[in-house]
Amino acid sequence: MAAKDDLGRAGEDRAAAHLTAQGYAILDRNWRCRHGEIDIVAEAEHAVCIVEVKTRSGLGFGHPFDAVDDRKRDRLWRLAYAWARAHPDQVRGRMLRLDVIGITGADAATGLLEHLVDLR
Amino acid sequence: MRTARTWAVALTGVDGHLVEIEADVSNQTPGFKIVGLPDKSLGEAVQRVHNAVTNAELKLTRRRLTVNLSPASLPKHGSGFDLGIAVSAVATSGALDAASIARTVHIGELGLDGRVRPVPGVLPAVFAAARAGFEQVVVPYANAAEARLVPGMQVRAATTLAEVAMWHGADVNVVDVEPVAAAAPVRAAEELLDLADVVGQEEAVDALITAAAGGHHLLMSGPPGAGKTMLARRLPGILPPLSEDAALEVAAIRSLAGAAVNALDDVPPLEAPHHSASAAALVGGGSRVASPGAIVRAHRGVLFLDEAAEFSRTALDALRQPLESGSIEIHRAGFQVRFPARFQLILATNPCPCGNYGVRGAECICPPIAIRRYGARLSGPLRDRIDIDLQVTRVSASRATSSERSELTTAVARGRVAAARRRAAERWAGTPWTLNAEVAGARLRHADLRLPVQVRAPLDRALERGQITLRGYDRVLRLAWTMADLAGADRPGPDELGRALFLKRGLIS
Repeated sequence: MAAKDDLGRAGEDRAAAHLTAQGYAILDRNWRCRHGEIDIVAEAEHAVCIVEVKTRSGLGFGHPFDAVDDRKRDRLWRLAYAWARAHPDQVRGRMLRLDVIGITGADAATGLLEHLVDLR
Repeated sequence: MRTARTWAVALTGVDGHLVEIEADVSNQTPGFKIVGLPDKSLGEAVQRVHNAVTNAELKLTRRRLTVNLSPASLPKHGSGFDLGIAVSAVATSGALDAASIARTVHIGELGLDGRVRPVPGVLPAVFAAARAGFEQVVVPYANAAEARLVPGMQVRAATTLAEVAMWHGADVNVVDVEPVAAAAPVRAAEELLDLADVVGQEEAVDALITAAAGGHHLLMSGPPGAGKTMLARRLPGILPPLSEDAALEVAAIRSLAGAAVNALDDVPPLEAPHHSASAAALVGGGSRVASPGAIVRAHRGVLFLDEAAEFSRTALDALRQPLESGSIEIHRAGFQVRFPARFQLILATNPCPCGNYGVRGAECICPPIAIRRYGARLSGPLRDRIDIDLQVTRVSASRATSSERSELTTAVARGRVAAARRRAAERWAGTPWTLNAEVAGARLRHADLRLPVQVRAPLDRALERGQITLRGYDRVLRLAWTMADLAGADRPGPDELGRALFLKRGLIS
């Protein structure tokens, strides 16, 4: 695996740990369908959160959040509904929510973690 | 801090409206949006601000930034908002003193390198800020002299965005760079035109001085080469210098037209549009932004239309309303603008298409119908607003070749004009008028100013015979009063009235 994939994987682990520490329950990870992949599906009290994790070793190519543009957001929503259709028993009519976690640092375990809640 | 606010100015014509720039950060993926009716160049501020902030080594938020220009319904245009947008955007992070930016008006365009570039219309914008009660304004370095013309305003001349941020308390490294220079002054010092250069045209020079003293509009007709243009170009020189208020109005219009304004110019402006000018070129126009036309640029000065009969009829008749009201209103789908347009109109025309009609010793080759049609190009209503109808004749060879200059120099004439205007202003003290040309006709026919019967007999006779209209009657009276002012007389006598009648009706051969 390439170094960037290792970093991405480490970032996702860090994000999952962060979410668990915040009281979320992890429902699913790296769920794939023909639209693409969801990094983490987490469960808060009243919502099901589709979490996109972006990890970058530095700001040379922009902030991690810069990578989530309108197109990416649309795709994440499509994925979110695809996941909800596939798991109706887990959604149970709750609200779907889009979150982004950005991690900046050469080492994902110690880098700066930022959590954007409820992307619109 | 999530929101920050500062101020800028939106211009409609020469009126400025204060615009509050609010920047707000919402916790969303990065984005930068400007709302509040921006036009294309204002919408592009996003790119300029983004790069300028980065190059000034300031930090822009990594979240969604929304900039609102309030009042949101007022259309805004131009790049002068860049600086205000950048300052408010940077301030959302708390890097700048919020109280400091909220009491400052920011005007200026940003370059990608973070330097502040000059914009047109700084003078009227700073005026609006002063009227709204602001005391501090930041303007581009190149426009600083212009902004300092506004009294009581603390003007800071900005070279770079980093410098502006530092003034508002940011901890930033200010690098010394060459400031963006102002555009070179478009108006080069005009060559000195002296009235003494005009030889052998005593009657015409007299009429010109009368026009200057009373503010009367003037029509000169005569063959080519008679010196009409020469005379008209010398009118601004004999007009009294502009008062400070008037000079500021002129400078504001010049600034709006994009010319560099560095100091107040007290010489009245002269605008001489070419006869191919359209109505829109004369009054001003534009579909989104109204730019001042020739009559607006001639405000407080002289509008000289050479070859007046060659102008299109619509263009000439567009002058009628501003001649009466002293202002012009431009209406478009999205906005309406009112410009001041109080000017003195000087028309010059040939007597016929070939120019030789009525000239002694020359042969006119025009058919009579062409001559009549040519004269009719200037519509009756327009002619009616012109007090002095002057026939200029060619100068005879003996007078033209004599080496003497006329002893009537511009300085002497200006003195006479100033003295006459002082007398008029004293007489009209307590009325809305200062010049004889502005006075309502009824006032001149009123008891205390009415002329004795024997003096006004020739005028009454002309009215009875239908040679002049009642409006023309009033115009002759106004001219007579100006003549009296020039002569230093208390009221017009038969001599003044006779000369006034002569100038109104033109030369009768």
